[in-house]
Amino acid sequence: MTERTLVEAITLALARTMDENEKVLVVGEDVGIDGGVFRATAGLINRFGKDRVRDTPVSETVIAGISVGLAAQGFRPVGEVQFMGFIYPVIDQLLNHASRLRTRTRGRITCPMVIRAPYGGGIHAPEHHSESMEALFTHIPGLRVVIPSSPARAYGLLLAAIRDPDPVVFLEPKRIYRSIKEEVEDTGNAIALDKCQLLRAGRDITLVSWGAMIVETLQAAETLSTEGIEAEVIDVATLKPLDAATILNSVEKTGRCAVIHEAPYTSGFGAEIAARLAEYGLTNLLAPVRRVTGYDVTMPLPKLEHYYMPTAARVVAAARESMEFS
Amino acid sequence: MPPQNDPSNVAAAFSIPFTRYLAVDGSVEEELPDFAHDPAALIPLYRAMVLTRIFDEKAIALQRTGRLGTFPSSLGQEAVGVGAASAMLPEDVLLPSFREQSAQFWRGVTMKEVFLYWGGDERGSNFEGPREDFPVSIPVASHFPHAAGVALAFKLRDEKRAAVCIGGDGATSKGDFYEGLNIAAVWSVPAVFLINDNQWAISVPRQKQTAAQTLAQKAIAAGMPGEQVDGNDVIAVRDAVARALKRARSGNGPTLIEALTYRLTDHTTADDAHRYRSDEEVSQRWKEEPVSRLRNYLVSQDAWNKKDEEQLLSVCKEEVEKSADEYLATEPEPVSEIFDYLFKELPDDLRAQREFAIARIGGNEHD
Ligand SMILES: Cc1ncc(C[n+]2csc(CCOP(=O)(O)OP(=O)(O)O)c2C)c(N)n1
Ligand SMILES: [Mg+2]
Repeated sequence: MTERTLVEAITLALARTMDENEKVLVVGEDVGIDGGVFRATAGLINRFGKDRVRDTPVSETVIAGISVGLAAQGFRPVGEVQFMGFIYPVIDQLLNHASRLRTRTRGRITCPMVIRAPYGGGIHAPEHHSESMEALFTHIPGLRVVIPSSPARAYGLLLAAIRDPDPVVFLEPKRIYRSIKEEVEDTGNAIALDKCQLLRAGRDITLVSWGAMIVETLQAAETLSTEGIEAEVIDVATLKPLDAATILNSVEKTGRCAVIHEAPYTSGFGAEIAARLAEYGLTNLLAPVRRVTGYDVTMPLPKLEHYYMPTAARVVAAARESMEFS
Repeated sequence: MPPQNDPSNVAAAFSIPFTRYLAVDGSVEEELPDFAHDPAALIPLYRAMVLTRIFDEKAIALQRTGRLGTFPSSLGQEAVGVGAASAMLPEDVLLPSFREQSAQFWRGVTMKEVFLYWGGDERGSNFEGPREDFPVSIPVASHFPHAAGVALAFKLRDEKRAAVCIGGDGATSKGDFYEGLNIAAVWSVPAVFLINDNQWAISVPRQKQTAAQTLAQKAIAAGMPGEQVDGNDVIAVRDAVARALKRARSGNGPTLIEALTYRLTDHTTADDAHRYRSDEEVSQRWKEEPVSRLRNYLVSQDAWNKKDEEQLLSVCKEEVEKSADEYLATEPEPVSEIFDYLFKELPDDLRAQREFAIARIGGNEHD
């Protein structure tokens, strides 16, 4: 049994898939001898060589664009973008090419590529290093968006992402890269995409979250439990395609729901979940869906960052309000 | 293959000039440019480089003790920023990358402001001095097109001002670098693009960044002159930037300058360069660094002595310490500040969020 951090689990999954399939390549800035600025690719170049672990020049367009070309040729590129703050040129490649090659060629050319990027705040990082912009990706048809929330889920989901025949954006909550350890065995067992993960069962309210905010959400569930409120906690894990059924089924039971995310409020992915509940679960709702999110502000620099980050206390307060609603 | 030696078969040809005045040991290699004839005139440049180095040391010490965020040292690259900024006029606009503290200081950005920024406080980008200078650009190369835009504004208003944009060797691999250069040349705007070619982009050495022989020659594809200077020779940097600025101001368009220097320490305080480069390489490069080079020259001209040096070091240390104290004593901002600069007027939709954020901390904005 080996305890691993989330970032170690990522490395393990990368190595596993590279071992299984020689078509898997890693590309990105500093992924070679440096092992990535977060060490996610540490050791891979020694094990798999510099043909398969490739340092790119500083160019996110290249990381994504070259992956499209490689993927179209049957390779399985895994591109690392150093921080989400630099991923925006990648959106051009994903939206205009990767996500639609299959459709526009009616299946003749496909794009089995993964773009990995750390995201999120709470580590006192410099400007542009702390945003949570996952919703931007969920708006792109033909793209999978996956966010793990623990080492074991990171391992299983990344295996699935790399083995998947279509493009996947794999966003890594860097605040919990090293803060949680968990047993992760190199079993090669993937976790199914398009499935939410039920992390805690409860009858009173459904708390839905993903990524690092799962930590605060589970803390809140503990606190609520001491007050006699049993929260069900769902980790969305695969934001797109969304496993709405798991959420709807839970809310059918609890009648109440709060969505928790670090990203800004307006057009955050919580809006999608609230809309699904309004569309397909309205008659089950005993209270309005609550959203506990970041504010609609530019991500503050570290000195004011703590004001921005949703806290367990805010989740607890929202859940209580929901429980009191009648 | 067409015969290369027949000029009628050459569609285009170019060469990249290289400028250095001071040899590595501080001896004069070429006749100095006018501004450098009087050694005393170089003392402010020397002082600015020394100040930056002492600031740098302090910033790293503060980071190591948890009182500053991640910090990108400019150790060994002081001549790039000082050379460029000292050639500029106050009314020009600087668009720096994250590693050009020396240029910022020369322009009048205070050390306290730079500490604040890297300490995670937005007020550090609200410069009291150069009001039109851009805040540092963290997304590599993203500011190159901005420089073209700033320069176009000068041109449209018929002003004799110029934009100076500084980026790294890694930046030249990005589309926005080239796109910015291209438009600047097509529209012939008064911009100077300066590359701090410190040989590394985190762990990726310059040779893996591009197959081109020089970065300066990227100018040729954009249709502007490109040249190389010894970026550890502050006289050469200032000279090249001054010539480019003159060109820009007289309506002759932009220039690209590649300043060859070396990053003598980690990429940032979050990096460990031992993972990817040898100590031998670094100690070799210490022999070329800009501060002792200029000092050796000044000493050789009897323009500087041990006492001057001691005095300068103690004055700089005092200034740095004072700024650090001011930074550390700065009251944090209230939470309302994260809302109040998003728009000229806070939209109603955000007002509720602002009130909620304040209420959350018990109405005590300074919680
Ligand atoms: C667009 C973008 N991609 C990645 C990064 C992460 N990053 C920060 S600095 C850096 C290397 C930059 O190298 P260079 O341009 O040579 O500047 P230097 O750091 O050497 O001054 C990278 C990749 C970034 N800031 N911006
Ligand atoms: Mg560099």
